[in-house]
Amino acid sequence: MTPSGISDRFKTGLWRENPGLVQLLGLCPLLAVTSTFVNGFGLGIATLAVLVASNGLVSATRRWIRSEIRIPIYVLIIASLVTCIELIFKAWFPSLDRSLGIFIPLIVTNCAIVARAEVFASRNPVGSSIIDGLVMGSGFALLLMVIGVFRELLGQGSLFSRLDMLFGGEPMRGLVFTDGGWLLAILPPGAFFSLALAIAAKNAMDRRHHKKRDSAMPRRARSPSK
Amino acid sequence: MNDTAVFKSGITLAVIAAICTAMVTLTFRLTEERIIANEQAWLERSLQPALSGLFFDSGVTESKIVVSPPHELPGSEAALIYRVYAKGAPVAALFVVSARDGYAGPIRILIGVDVTGVVTGVQVLEHRETPGLGDRIESTKSDWVKQFDGHSLVDPEPAGWGIRRDGGQFDQLTGASVTPRAIIKAIKETLLYFDAHSDQVFADAATEIDSEEKENP
Repeated sequence: MTPSGISDRFKTGLWRENPGLVQLLGLCPLLAVTSTFVNGFGLGIATLAVLVASNGLVSATRRWIRSEIRIPIYVLIIASLVTCIELIFKAWFPSLDRSLGIFIPLIVTNCAIVARAEVFASRNPVGSSIIDGLVMGSGFALLLMVIGVFRELLGQGSLFSRLDMLFGGEPMRGLVFTDGGWLLAILPPGAFFSLALAIAAKNAMDRRHHKKRDSAMPRRARSPSK
Repeated sequence: MNDTAVFKSGITLAVIAAICTAMVTLTFRLTEERIIANEQAWLERSLQPALSGLFFDSGVTESKIVVSPPHELPGSEAALIYRVYAKGAPVAALFVVSARDGYAGPIRILIGVDVTGVVTGVQVLEHRETPGLGDRIESTKSDWVKQFDGHSLVDPEPAGWGIRRDGGQFDQLTGASVTPRAIIKAIKETLLYFDAHSDQVFADAATEIDSEEKENP
């Protein structure tokens, strides 16, 4: 694959077809854990790792798998990978594992992962599938982190608190701007509002971009805006 | 699908299942030791703050008693007691109990009490209280739980074990009074239990110690 092809794929995963922002997949963990940056980052990275590995494995075994049994096989592969990731978190990031709790095992149910196995990895070569896992996973992880930063800032008045869960050491309170914050932001409704704002912001940016392009090339037929 | 196809699919499934199982087994073997060490360390570390200012022998986690319900301690689930010794003599007991009347379900707390019945420390282990309001009971979020250190059933008298609004001695949390009430009540009940059963707590034979670690405090 050419470098420009790869960068285009990244644009697709991070922006045009972002699993969380556009496809609206995996919303349950997205809404549940993003109360702080550290939680969003932890779950984002775990999901990314599972997605890359599951895309790789599904693609590597695609020749031998009849379409009738593909779903149980995806489930097997994804569930085993998630178990491995969970064990790795428990061994190396125990406090992050405690903080994310049930949402690590629940990565199994993240439909973004099955979706990529079905739509992409089962039809494409291993290298390409791994890149697909990487871009889609990064898109999801990045969104988790952005929402995490936003909610933590509004809800707790801090940024990057509890980074010790990643690096070990004493509990850190991070950059504290105010004592306490707008409570609603860390409650579940805040998660919905934040996601809605993120989607709205993305749509607004897309629209502005389209307008610019259309006014630059007035003669050409307008492409249907996406 | 004809018979051979079914057979082939079955084999494929079995092979993939075996590969996946091998993968999980391998990861488990590689991480097992670290996970056990982490859990032990976490347990020891989480017990530490409830023993502020005490010198004690190591191996506190090995002196556990599981008190199955029904019991007189707070909470309807099993309570845990860790005995703390210094040079072989009892110095304190750590109780892991559940405060029943939290705002959102039971609150699991760790209460350290020295042999004379004085609180040596309180830590909230598990809760589902409202973020930003009730969750300031966590020691990483505020110093609220530290106010109990050094108090006992004579300081204040049992009637004083409540929040100020209820005529008690202790601070509540701004915007949350249900949570503090539940915790104070649980501490008081634990102190009453220890007052009545302290001999029993330290006399219990090692055979009654449940070696199973599935219940984290």
